[in-house]
Amino acid sequence: MINISTNEIVETIKMIRDEHLDIRTITMGISLLDCADEDANRACQKIYDKITRYAKDLVKTGEIISNRYGIPIINKRISVTPIALVAAASKTDNYVQFAKTLDRAAAEMGVNFIGGYSALVYKGMSKSDEYLINSIPEALCSTNMVCSSVGVATTKAGINMDAVKRMGEVICDTAELSANQGSLGCAKLVVFANPVEDNPFMAGAFHGVGEGDCVINVGISGPGVVKSALEQVKGCDFGVVAEVIKKTAFKITRMGQLVAQEASKMLNVPFGIVDLSLAPTPEVGDSVAYILEEMGLEKCGTHGTTAALALLNDAVKKGGVMASGYVGGLSGAFIPVSEDAGMIAAAECGALCLDKLEAMTCVCSVGLDMIAVPGDTPASTISGIIADEMAIGMINQKTTAVRVIPAIGKDVGDSVEFGGLLGSAPIMPVHKYSSEEFISRGGRIPAPIHSLRN
Amino acid sequence: MRAVVTVIGVDKTGIIAKTSGLLANNDINILDITQTILQDLFTMVMLVDIDKSKIGFGELSKQLEELGAELGVEIRVQHEDIFKSMHRI
Repeated sequence: MINISTNEIVETIKMIRDEHLDIRTITMGISLLDCADEDANRACQKIYDKITRYAKDLVKTGEIISNRYGIPIINKRISVTPIALVAAASKTDNYVQFAKTLDRAAAEMGVNFIGGYSALVYKGMSKSDEYLINSIPEALCSTNMVCSSVGVATTKAGINMDAVKRMGEVICDTAELSANQGSLGCAKLVVFANPVEDNPFMAGAFHGVGEGDCVINVGISGPGVVKSALEQVKGCDFGVVAEVIKKTAFKITRMGQLVAQEASKMLNVPFGIVDLSLAPTPEVGDSVAYILEEMGLEKCGTHGTTAALALLNDAVKKGGVMASGYVGGLSGAFIPVSEDAGMIAAAECGALCLDKLEAMTCVCSVGLDMIAVPGDTPASTISGIIADEMAIGMINQKTTAVRVIPAIGKDVGDSVEFGGLLGSAPIMPVHKYSSEEFISRGGRIPAPIHSLRN
Repeated sequence: MRAVVTVIGVDKTGIIAKTSGLLANNDINILDITQTILQDLFTMVMLVDIDKSKIGFGELSKQLEELGAELGVEIRVQHEDIFKSMHRI
């Protein structure tokens, strides 16, 4: 026999069958730096050719691995070099054609998202960055699979408040333009502080300039498995809780490592990282909020939630880090409201509010994610929300992000349906007092003192 | 290559016979077999050698799944590495 007990075999099967354990994504990162061309059409052709050449076996490989190990691999995705860098050489201000090219390549490859319609503007904006940011609403609303992200702050550079102001407007414009689809365009747009270059998760994935030509990154999942493991230790103290989460995270991550290595070998592409994130889905039993409630909170969002999330996030990292040769990406617990049945329920009953979510983002990966706000929220208020979140990332030297959806024509009490993995979101109230004057100041918030380490 | 075939479900006559029959017909050798009742469910675990298998992994998986449906149990086949990597350092 293989030195593995029947109990252990059944445990693995139970995780997959009953507890929604899956590999959330295999994401191929492709550098497009060599596709830059003075002629935009030629650049687009090079981009299309390179993506379709590199990723031609991606989906098929994912399916073979999924079959061989009996583990679902939910998404196969592509991330590319931030397009603002690639398109900068082209003599055009019409960047939507680059988005459409990415969309066409993604459709041809059979992946479900392609990320990297991005710009990094922590400190300032080049012309190319401006063109790209201006084009985001149209780009996201005239494509299906393209995801966009804009980095507006880092711990080293501070916060580019001009970009924060602009992104508030861009989010509102994107919401307007996709109003007939529940403002879905905004679900594909992330604003980052300290963005990571090897994140396999959408909508914030892009292939950083520090990466090689092509790389395979894998994002795991498994909130249901953690919840189920915690059910076995009801009433035990936090030392036990942390230990159980660590062990579970280790097992889940080992699976991610196996899939990543196998995909890397089969595709003959270097293995980049495994991202340890606990990524929820709207399925009942696949929720991060329910893990927090399993720890003893009546509803996610009540007092104690931040502490519970801090423990969870840290224990996931500790368990996962030993299970993989290279850990990277965002690696922690995600708290997207619309994609998590428990978060939706907590928001609907008023237990979870925007301010509490903001506090939670101080101790977990990412940030204010998939949160629907009233459609008439002013752009300056969105910018205010972004500024707060960027400040948390900058000061705490961590990645934070904002993915909010001003749901056009909807107000508190309504909800908006995105479908699939994106779920549905109750509209959450925002503060009524204005941030207008604050946001209109513009300029930069200087880098914090702890960035001056040299 | 070695794989693990698991059968989980309500016990009935012929489960082992039919499963091992399907494997034998495809030149898949059973290296080890254990069965037990776990949480009221009949659980059989087989370690098989699929190097000489007449059919590919995907097809084997499909045929076992169909047999499972016929017998009212769940049958799956998975490469042994998934269990090794998860449970052993």
